[in-house]
Amino acid sequence: MTLVLTPGARVRFTFHGGEFEGTYVTEREGRMVIKLENGYNLGVEPAALLSSHLPPPSPPPRITTIEQDSSLPECAIISTGGTIASRVDYRTGAVTSQFSAEDILRAIPGLGGIARYRTRQISSLLSENMQPGIWRDLAHAIYHEICEGVRGVIVTHGTDTMGYTASAMAFMIETTVPVVFVGSQRSADRPSSDNVMNALCSARAAVSELGEAAVVMHGTTSDDHCAIHRATRVRKMHTSRRDAFQSIGIPPLGGVEYPDLTLTLGPHARTRQEGEARLFDRIEERCGLLTFVPGTPPEVIDSCEGYQGLVIAGSGLGHVASAWVPRLKELIGAGTTVVMTSQCLHGRVCDRVYDTGRDLLSIGVIEGEDMLPETAVVKLGWVLGHEQDPERVRTLMQTDLRGEICRRSLHGL
Amino acid sequence: MDYKEIGLRAGLEIHQQLDTAEKLFCRCPTRLRSTDAHTHEFFRYLRATESELGELDRAAEEEMMVMRRFTYYAYDTTCLVEDDEEPPAHLNAEALQLTLSIAKLFGMHPVEQVHTMRKLVIDGSNTSGFQRTALIALQGSLPGGCRVETLCLEEEAAQRVHDAVFSLDRLGIPLVEISTAPCLHTPEEVQEVAEYMGMVLRSTGKVKRGIGTIRQDINISIRGGARVEIKGVQELEAIADVVRWEVSRQQGLLAIREELRERNARVEQESTDVTRLFAHTASAILRKAKRILAVNLVGYGGLVGREIQPDRRLGSEFSDYAKKCGVGGIFHTDELPAYGITADEVRSVRELLEAGPDDCVVLVAGSPEQAACAIRQVTRRAEMAQKGVPEETRRLLEGKKSTAYMRPLPGAARMYPETDVLPITIEEQNWVAIELPELLSERAARYTRELGLDSVLARQAAYSDRLGVFEQAVALGVKPTLAARTITGTMREARREGVPVEQVEDASLLALLQSVEAGTIAKEAIPELIRLVATGHPVEEAIRGYAASSFSVTDVEAMADRIIRNRAEFVRERGKGALGPLMGVLMEEVRGRVDGKVVSEVLRKALDRFLKES
Repeated sequence: MTLVLTPGARVRFTFHGGEFEGTYVTEREGRMVIKLENGYNLGVEPAALLSSHLPPPSPPPRITTIEQDSSLPECAIISTGGTIASRVDYRTGAVTSQFSAEDILRAIPGLGGIARYRTRQISSLLSENMQPGIWRDLAHAIYHEICEGVRGVIVTHGTDTMGYTASAMAFMIETTVPVVFVGSQRSADRPSSDNVMNALCSARAAVSELGEAAVVMHGTTSDDHCAIHRATRVRKMHTSRRDAFQSIGIPPLGGVEYPDLTLTLGPHARTRQEGEARLFDRIEERCGLLTFVPGTPPEVIDSCEGYQGLVIAGSGLGHVASAWVPRLKELIGAGTTVVMTSQCLHGRVCDRVYDTGRDLLSIGVIEGEDMLPETAVVKLGWVLGHEQDPERVRTLMQTDLRGEICRRSLHGL
Repeated sequence: MDYKEIGLRAGLEIHQQLDTAEKLFCRCPTRLRSTDAHTHEFFRYLRATESELGELDRAAEEEMMVMRRFTYYAYDTTCLVEDDEEPPAHLNAEALQLTLSIAKLFGMHPVEQVHTMRKLVIDGSNTSGFQRTALIALQGSLPGGCRVETLCLEEEAAQRVHDAVFSLDRLGIPLVEISTAPCLHTPEEVQEVAEYMGMVLRSTGKVKRGIGTIRQDINISIRGGARVEIKGVQELEAIADVVRWEVSRQQGLLAIREELRERNARVEQESTDVTRLFAHTASAILRKAKRILAVNLVGYGGLVGREIQPDRRLGSEFSDYAKKCGVGGIFHTDELPAYGITADEVRSVRELLEAGPDDCVVLVAGSPEQAACAIRQVTRRAEMAQKGVPEETRRLLEGKKSTAYMRPLPGAARMYPETDVLPITIEEQNWVAIELPELLSERAARYTRELGLDSVLARQAAYSDRLGVFEQAVALGVKPTLAARTITGTMREARREGVPVEQVEDASLLALLQSVEAGTIAKEAIPELIRLVATGHPVEEAIRGYAASSFSVTDVEAMADRIIRNRAEFVRERGKGALGPLMGVLMEEVRGRVDGKVVSEVLRKALDRFLKES
């Protein structure tokens, strides 16, 4: 028996001699999922259905118009698919993401006290499906908003690849205002979600004196403050914790206290600039990141044939097995730029200490300094998008452009 | 009182913690900790999410009136799941299997496909802001015909340490929630059914025991009243009384309703700012308040101050509602002048509000937001009084014969799917294969039948926390009566004397019982040895020490002779009747180190000898 039931339909069904009423939610593994009067869902054989009817449509949602405070500075909220706001339909239990400015303001009313907002939706992607092509669209959108004169830009993004996108924006836009990335680690439908606090802190950062791309997320597991991380030095270091995002190799740029939203910026944070923002939107997409693992046969490098750029996350100071060297030499000979970073994440690459390192240098591998491997691959794609000359590429890769390279390795980081 | 006549309908919701190795949605042990042992703490704010219709669940909404900061204690026995920092693990298979056994014991039918839900609870007791719960079975029955409606498996909430501080050790312990239909009609019936359900649960041998591990919620209504849920009654013996108290409370509210109707009572919709009238008041609360609001309840005079439960007036109910807004309470003219508020001040408030002699004026004080919220709550509750009994969730006041308002009855609106947990299909063959444990009541009957225990002792043994020790001891050849008395009466007396008997491990008790059976120690020594073991002495050491210090029969004979000689006159006077009193003296001296039977035999012979000689 095939069922054609609409979610929300009222149904009657039998269960061991008793008759029950409920609301049809969905089909799951061959069973009707029904929400009972008491709120519980259960899965029922389709054969148990006695009758169903569609209830009159529920009254349209009560729309309260949101008045924005025109005396406040204007910010842009650009959504890419991360859910900073969501709404639960308790009739069927469906959770839907909210993107419009009104919806976001209704879900997070505190935002209205910090700025007024214009919103744009670039995509509605799970962040693992993000592509350099969408980075380009996003860069255009951000650039456009900055040119329109917004005080700051907030980008909502899924947290999985937020670090990559933030890093890409740091390179693609020479910004004059804050470009703040924000997301939530714990789903927006839960009362404990980090979405509200992260959103408020990011809005605060967006109207602040900051003048660069940053990620603003929980600083600890408590709802006490958000950390402001430099886009090119931030990494997601935990699968699920609220404070998953960490600055690597530098202290955070600053922080926002919660709930009073007091903001502090460190001396190393770049501040707002006079003048015009600039857009550098080209990116070479044929780039990749390869992690060296002991015992991996050198043939793995063959799969990178045709890449314009390859970043290797090597062991320790920046090494791969000696057996990889001849293959890498061929790859470089065929025109691929190869940059060495370390899978240690912390510390600087130095290929001058051991023989293998010296061999790598001699075949033309570029030392990636203390860049994070992920930042290095984004940067390499961006550099190759704008520069063909191998020597210029090498120089740019070893020059700090957006805070991605620290000239000095500081204590305690 | 004729409860059938007044239309009492009551139902039970029993919450029982399961004694599984791990928690319901993580791999942490189900162990309670001392709060001193917490290794770190963190804090969060909770917010209700808006539903599709732009409506919040009314219970959740009320909790939201004050933005509250909750602090949590974490332990080396808790993990990121309790912290709401990691998605839940798969639903604990041991807990599900046990829940199915319980369902079968109540004659229920399992659902074909289990869906875990999130139930909004934003009072801070769940770090996530919801409690995970799943409907496992439906439609069971109880002896006497009352229907068991649903059985759910859910995660236990965090324990409140104080105020807004919670301890995470308890969060996530599996809990079954069993709900009956409202088919109980007398207070006694409610208590009996609760007792029966508790017995069935304990029959599995896999439920937690001790204070707080089982909690009964009681749903009560009378004709013309409304369904009221009394939360968390922990004492079984209190259940019938709790029902009686609630019946009388509802009757009190209905009587007030009748009077309000006769008086054409009504509630003024507008509140009045009376802050300036109290600028120089002697009441510290009012003087400090940024805003004082008053509302006139027309025709309510004298009724707000009327007692509806011991020490609780209608005004106490208003106050409970107002407190949700963060104010400390309310003032009403039925109890004024008092608390530093003068008769003149009362008069000026009454005049300003144009309140008549039959009216009652209620005052609230706080920040402008708190006062506005609180006066709305008072108005709302006062209007409810005209309808009679509001549907509510209430809590028992500790040490009192009354209850206080907690929150409105939650609606179905607060449930939505826990998408991080996959649905589970209950396979027919799994259900069929579940073997039912013997009910403790049947077990007691069997002990009488097979082991010859009298029915009281058999029941005590079967219902005891130490049932396992009893079973093992009997299997190892210990006399059933000795084993039963030891785990029941002996342990109970020791506890009464302040011995921390919960420290005695089952294995130690078993070792003591076996030593008695082997003749190494006398059964009279058991209380003393339990005391030693409970206070930290290893059981083997205690037994050895006892054996080394015990007396030989010759020793006892010498002691018997000495005791008789010292009381020669008394013995001659009483003759054989002296045996009883002398036995007491001698047993005191051997202090349980010799079997009472041996002592008695020795003493009887010595007495005979003495009487013959003299």
